[in-house]
Amino acid sequence: MSILVNKDTRVLVSGMTGREGSFHAQQMIEYGTQVVAGVTPGKGGTTHLGVPVFDTVAEAVAATQPNAALVFVPAPFAADAVLECEASEIPFVTLITEGIPINDMLRVVNKLEQGGKTRLLGGNCAGIITPGECKMGIMPGHIFTPGPIGMVSRSGTLTYEIVFELTNAGLGQTTCVGIGGDPLPGTRFVEVLQMFEADPATQAVVMVGEIGGSDEEAGAEYIQQMTKPVVAFISGRTAPPGKRMGHAGAIISGGMGTPESKVRALEAAGVTVADKTSEVPGLIQAALQVRV
Amino acid sequence: MKLHEYQSKDLLARYGVNVPGGRVAHDAADAQAIADEFGGKVVVKAQVLMGGRGKAGGVKLFDNAAAAGAFTQELIGKRLVSIQNPAGMVVEKVLVGELIDIDEEYYLSVLLDRAAAQLVVMISKEGGMDIEEVAEKHPEAIVRLHVDPAWGLSDFEIRAALAQANIPKAARGQMVAMIKSLVSAYLREDADLIEINPCAWTPDGKLIAADAKVSIDENALFRHKEYGDTAEDSAEDPLEAEATRRGIAYVRLGGDIGVIGNGAGLVMCSMDEVTAAGGRPANFLDVGGGAQAERVKSCVELILMDPNVKGLLINIFGGITRCDEVAKGILSALDELNVQIPVVARIEGTASEEGRALLQGTRIVPAQTMQEAAQKIVSLAYA
Repeated sequence: MSILVNKDTRVLVSGMTGREGSFHAQQMIEYGTQVVAGVTPGKGGTTHLGVPVFDTVAEAVAATQPNAALVFVPAPFAADAVLECEASEIPFVTLITEGIPINDMLRVVNKLEQGGKTRLLGGNCAGIITPGECKMGIMPGHIFTPGPIGMVSRSGTLTYEIVFELTNAGLGQTTCVGIGGDPLPGTRFVEVLQMFEADPATQAVVMVGEIGGSDEEAGAEYIQQMTKPVVAFISGRTAPPGKRMGHAGAIISGGMGTPESKVRALEAAGVTVADKTSEVPGLIQAALQVRV
Repeated sequence: MKLHEYQSKDLLARYGVNVPGGRVAHDAADAQAIADEFGGKVVVKAQVLMGGRGKAGGVKLFDNAAAAGAFTQELIGKRLVSIQNPAGMVVEKVLVGELIDIDEEYYLSVLLDRAAAQLVVMISKEGGMDIEEVAEKHPEAIVRLHVDPAWGLSDFEIRAALAQANIPKAARGQMVAMIKSLVSAYLREDADLIEINPCAWTPDGKLIAADAKVSIDENALFRHKEYGDTAEDSAEDPLEAEATRRGIAYVRLGGDIGVIGNGAGLVMCSMDEVTAAGGRPANFLDVGGGAQAERVKSCVELILMDPNVKGLLINIFGGITRCDEVAKGILSALDELNVQIPVVARIEGTASEEGRALLQGTRIVPAQTMQEAAQKIVSLAYA
């Protein structure tokens, strides 16, 4: 089992003929992901990487019945690309694009919430992978391996770092979800934690947060009701307030979003918070043993 | 990206917000001429994007135009230094503004409530002081009003919030209009913060934005080309300004161990590791995804412009970034820039074996893990 994506996921790639889209679509196909359609306005009727390309999402949906979409469209047009997927009622959309205006995301997030038919993951995220079944994103597939650990993270490369250590320690993953580093993500920690709690194959969860916002605190509140153990890691413990650390969402402002607040909330919820990434596999092993 | 006060006021005036009269001046003659229009009763404010500008001597009140001109003469070209910005910033222009009589000072702001995924208007009768101080001492004095993303704000909601904030009845009508202007300015101009503090109520019954701070969402600058030059002004540090010119995500932190990594989370984590090993990170620097050798070299060059840097830590986990490209960039930087300080590189992920092979036999010290890399650079740099 897994969450959100599996071997039956049929992926539409919006912006597939661009440089980024081409490269990653190719990597996904090589990983074994079913990429069924590409969408690039003006390139309909052509074939790219052996996949049919359409002018619009509606045409692609009618012809190929995708049940997920991956968006690589440049930031100025990314919000529109997500809404186009929503208009065709694609149930799951992952938005990789970085640098999307916050007001665009404000519109998109609220529109999707009202419509209730599409779940958005991202933007500014590395995507999602169910090892051995479906890679829908930009992560290096070879470091992941199937197993019982669910992972949810705001950071792409920090996910790779920790997954690499988990895999080396013999701890495979059910699904790894990148929720992204933007201030208004389509999916938040709480929602992914709920899915892992409900997934029978997931035995423990690794949660990787960072400074900024209060989503880790909201996640901690939900964790109090979870039956599965959670190990967390928070990056940016030495970042100064008022400075944006690369990710648009990684900023301590007005006393909000401090690492202390997050660690405190998580520990109060019974979460073991690792001081270093290298401690994560050991803490997960200990948590699994306690459970058995 | 913060705008200058004069830019903020000009922007708000376009949306119908009352602002004090005044203009920006680049020299004494300019300043004196503007001051004359207001009978010499003006405030001269240095237009530098740094905190603590008043305490640094960048703001002064006058009752005659000649003195305002002389102060401007003195300010232009001067470096202002504050606690918030010890490196300081050079004044290039001043705002010469009309002095207004004030009966009461209120507070208004519009910003994003991330948790609610809605805009929120913050209203307080306690203006003129730092809002964080108000939040701490009198949290009940701040009223928060969320903006419905589909419908915007209705007048009755704003009136209710103003009553709750104890804004005097006489001022409420104008404040309803001002709040609606602020929300439309926020959305149409792609702001990420608008703050009016103080929002002045004058003896003749006018509500005026006596000071204004507007910050524009950097991700939306492609829609607002008019701010092209402000981006560099708004960097509080000359190295951060240089990073903006090079398109590199860089924040100066004041320590002495340079840090380069890929991906914001991994870079922050590398800084944390340096600190845990007893070092002081000099900076945050994210090379970005898929960096080529040329870009890596530019990043190394930027870090070396900081004279305090005694050692460099490079931590790459290659996904879309190829480790061999990173290695080539590091080597060409070392070669061309005559780097003398110790460099520790930990490279893992895509093409890491090729990358490590390229670095073998050079003066770059290899490390297997992030922790090991942090410990090595700290002991080498402080040796």
